[in-house]
Amino acid sequence: MSEIYTAGPATGNEILIDGYELVVGLEVHVELATVTKLFSASPNRFGDDANTNIDPVTLGLPGALPVLNRQAVELAMRIGTALNCTIKPCTFHRKNYFYPDMPKAYQISQYDQPLNVDGYLELPGGKRIGVERAHLEEDTGKSTHFGGSGGRIHGSSYSLIDFNRAGVPLVEIVSRPDVRTSEEARQYVSELRGILLAVGASDAKMEEGSMRCDANVSVHKPGAPYGTRCEIKNVNSIRSLGRAIEYEARRQIELIEGGETVRQETRHWDETDGRTHTLRVKEDADDYRYFLEPDLVPLAPSAEWVQAVRDAMPMLPGARRARLSAATGSPADGEAIMVVVERGQDDYVLAVAAAGGDVGRALVHVKEGFAEEGATPTVPAADLAGLTTLEINGAITATQAKTVLAEIVANGGGDAAAIAKAKGFEAMDTGSLEAMVDQVIADNGPAWTKYCGGEDKALGALVGAAMKASQGKADGKLVTALLQSKRS
Amino acid sequence: MSAASSPQMSATEIAAGVRSGRLKAVDVLEQHLARITANESDVHAFNLVLADEARSAAAAVDAAVAAGTDPGPLAGVPLALKDNMCTHGIATTCSSKILEGWKPPYDATVVTRLAAAGAVTVGKTNLDEFAMGSSTENSAFGPTRNPHDLGRVPGGSSGGSAAAVAAGFASVSLGSDTGGSIRQPAALCGVVGVKPTYGYVSRYGLVAFASSLDQIGPFTNTVEDAALLLDVIGGHDPMDSTSIPDPQPSLRDAITQGVEGLRVGRITDLPGGADADVDERLEAAFDALREAGATIVDVQVPAFGYGLTAYYLIAPSEASSNLARYDGVRYGLRVDSSDTNSMYSATRAAGFGEEVQRRIMLGTYALSAGYYDAYYGKALKVRRLIADDFDRAYQSADVLLTPTAPTVAFEFGSKTDNPLAMYLCDTYTIPTNLAGHPGMSVPFGTGQAGMPVGVQVLAGTLGEPTMFRAAAALERAMQQ
Amino acid sequence: MGVSERITAVDVVKVAKLARLDLSPDAIDRTTAQLAGMLEHFADIDALDLDAVQPMTQPYPLQNVFREDVIVAGLDRDEVLAAAPSAEDGRFRVPPIVGIDA
Repeated sequence: MSEIYTAGPATGNEILIDGYELVVGLEVHVELATVTKLFSASPNRFGDDANTNIDPVTLGLPGALPVLNRQAVELAMRIGTALNCTIKPCTFHRKNYFYPDMPKAYQISQYDQPLNVDGYLELPGGKRIGVERAHLEEDTGKSTHFGGSGGRIHGSSYSLIDFNRAGVPLVEIVSRPDVRTSEEARQYVSELRGILLAVGASDAKMEEGSMRCDANVSVHKPGAPYGTRCEIKNVNSIRSLGRAIEYEARRQIELIEGGETVRQETRHWDETDGRTHTLRVKEDADDYRYFLEPDLVPLAPSAEWVQAVRDAMPMLPGARRARLSAATGSPADGEAIMVVVERGQDDYVLAVAAAGGDVGRALVHVKEGFAEEGATPTVPAADLAGLTTLEINGAITATQAKTVLAEIVANGGGDAAAIAKAKGFEAMDTGSLEAMVDQVIADNGPAWTKYCGGEDKALGALVGAAMKASQGKADGKLVTALLQSKRS
Repeated sequence: MSAASSPQMSATEIAAGVRSGRLKAVDVLEQHLARITANESDVHAFNLVLADEARSAAAAVDAAVAAGTDPGPLAGVPLALKDNMCTHGIATTCSSKILEGWKPPYDATVVTRLAAAGAVTVGKTNLDEFAMGSSTENSAFGPTRNPHDLGRVPGGSSGGSAAAVAAGFASVSLGSDTGGSIRQPAALCGVVGVKPTYGYVSRYGLVAFASSLDQIGPFTNTVEDAALLLDVIGGHDPMDSTSIPDPQPSLRDAITQGVEGLRVGRITDLPGGADADVDERLEAAFDALREAGATIVDVQVPAFGYGLTAYYLIAPSEASSNLARYDGVRYGLRVDSSDTNSMYSATRAAGFGEEVQRRIMLGTYALSAGYYDAYYGKALKVRRLIADDFDRAYQSADVLLTPTAPTVAFEFGSKTDNPLAMYLCDTYTIPTNLAGHPGMSVPFGTGQAGMPVGVQVLAGTLGEPTMFRAAAALERAMQQ
Repeated sequence: MGVSERITAVDVVKVAKLARLDLSPDAIDRTTAQLAGMLEHFADIDALDLDAVQPMTQPYPLQNVFREDVIVAGLDRDEVLAAAPSAEDGRFRVPPIVGIDA
């Protein structure tokens, strides 16, 4: 698929695609990290043998009754709190529909009285996306299709059903239609994922389906009412989400420009052809006959419980980024801070600073050199602090620091000064640096002539030659400065 | 022709005898099995007789007594279970073709509690399919006959359980009551039948008809036996979210207390329609309680008469959802077809009988978009009115007396062509289910054709002890 | 709208489809007549003033009933699949699935 349009900055409503404004609402389903299911005591575990995590409730056996898992409520409340929602007394409803992976032929979900309402999620750039609700519901089983082409449902000759996933607790997080670009959609899901991991509510793995994202997409001319929306399903990665939204927006614009109308329907994102396809047209027949689940009683979390969840909230990614930004002076939504906070290594960066290191250099090194490390790198913070100190004092160059860092990381720690010494790293003193630069000018006459003649591009070749001659010991910035001063 | 049997011993006496070693559980069982052998082919109380299993269980009870262990408060009591309660490895059909042959992989909570109390299950009893009916004529496996007159219905839906006790096939039985399905057949078969407060007995393992109305309760020969059984099967169950968490007082203690000073309410605006013989017995019941020291007071329950409508919108709505799971995927009948949707429709059309299909249709309609407010939503408000009216009545009365059923047992086929006429059998029992209150039917003499008449005693939420006091007084009056 | 609004065969066909009941044309007609008769009888509640009445959904007022998040041994797969109309490879087998209903 060719790039349809280039997303602009992630704020504001001013981004138009061929004169159309994009409106996206996101529905994200996350499986909660409980030990057991939402309404029964079978394990909530991914990857087990088919139909081994089953019980009368899971299978919808006659006579089985649901009983609510307290921990699922706790995790759902954590999500609501993290998304700035109001936690309210709520009820469960039955959503009635027939499907082979839905054992009771109804899904227990929350309807007009959800647990969490009226919150928002703040994107790294500061824009707030409204969260209409985040409610509890149960997951379905899994169908596998046989006899068709490539495991698809269409043209299959039969299907096999595994109910291990049936009854796994889900929270469905419904955003308001505040998303205006595919990039904002990606940021929203990415930020949401960070929040879910931070509060321990879900492992949020899109590839395993423990986090699933549907996008409601519509387009309209500025000032006109919102267009008819289509719901896009089967988006299995954050990258696909952006692609799917971009494709769908383009499709709808082409329909409208061609004088046709957009039909309200559910569409399926196909990763292989990069298109969305009609899954199901909304019909009158969609009649879920919602009614209050008579086998369950209302849920009204006490003020004490709500407060306890609030008190136990860990620092969320946004606050972590702000903290690191304040410490380093780097932008909170810049790549380094985004990456380091996502890896959970911001505490470590601050620990390096606390150990006397330079926080700015620590941020860069952790971002560049700790990709394979977890939230708690094995390298002692003091060792990294030692490295940044050598750098800041000019004892070694940035290039040398990288080499030392690689060795420290490989060994799980080490004395930066000792390693630098062993490698013969020492910053050149000003006298020998100048002598070396003079030698480089002498050896590279033509380049120097070009540079002096105003060809700034020639500077690069000269710096490169100097770095080579110094065997990496020269500080690139100092070399550049020297060359510049010698030209004038 | 009659197959009714007057019991030599109550369940209370059987359990006491077995526990003390004076009686052998196996002997008690054989007496009951002998009556089954003699008369079950006429009565058809059972979908399944568990003679071998019962003999093993009875022998185990005797062995326990011999070993000096107490088998429990129902030691050796022969018991019949309505065939809508799950029994592990034993067919549970709900008298429906859609579940024919299905053996649940788990036990209902009541089944577990009864077994732990030493009861001996002799069989699974016939019912109107999925408990929908008032005559047991809606069973896919043929009707049960009233032991007092084999030409008449036993009532329903728990007709098999009522008939099993009336015929002496079992000392006690369990039924389920959604709109009168214990009390009405108890009245028609001349036995005691109790619908406890909603949440008093666990519904876990009871195949659901209408979840907000269903309650399990006992059929017995005596009020004391009913108290004994409820003491065993009642009480909190963590597997049922609607189970009342607070411990309940023993009902056996309540029945000895008498009715001196008890305020017994007469509903002056009770819908008419009961036959004269039934009304006559109700008057006799008021007289008996007055003589026993109770005060008769007039009360009004204006919304009582709207119960039928509210019930026939709420119960089918819940049922339409509860019965959606019979889709041929995981258990029960499947009619093979080219795709899942046609398989569902073919399976359900073949597996459900006419009345069940009718109620699924009614309930689906009442819940569907555009009709919810007019039907289901409105019925829930009527339900509130009825409960509020009862609450007001219970401010001036401790219990209420009504007929249990408008008529004595009727003849087969007399109401099968007119669903509404059949529904009217539940006029007096339905409001109790809507309010979630307890109610029980006590045999109180006979009416037309010598058929039994029951009087219904009603009480407010968790008013079982008071209700049992009044019921015991009526029973004593009949014995005098 | 009142309870008394007349139900038609078109409604009944739609409801039968929702309820997944394969009704013959005869059964449709019969059901339409029976449901119409019942709904007519049920129209008695249209006379009630229910505007100020709160719906009653629960016969006994309980809230916050929970289980703890602890595994309890479940069902045996072989026993369950033995009772299934069709099973294969540890799973329940069904004919081709039509319609994505959720």
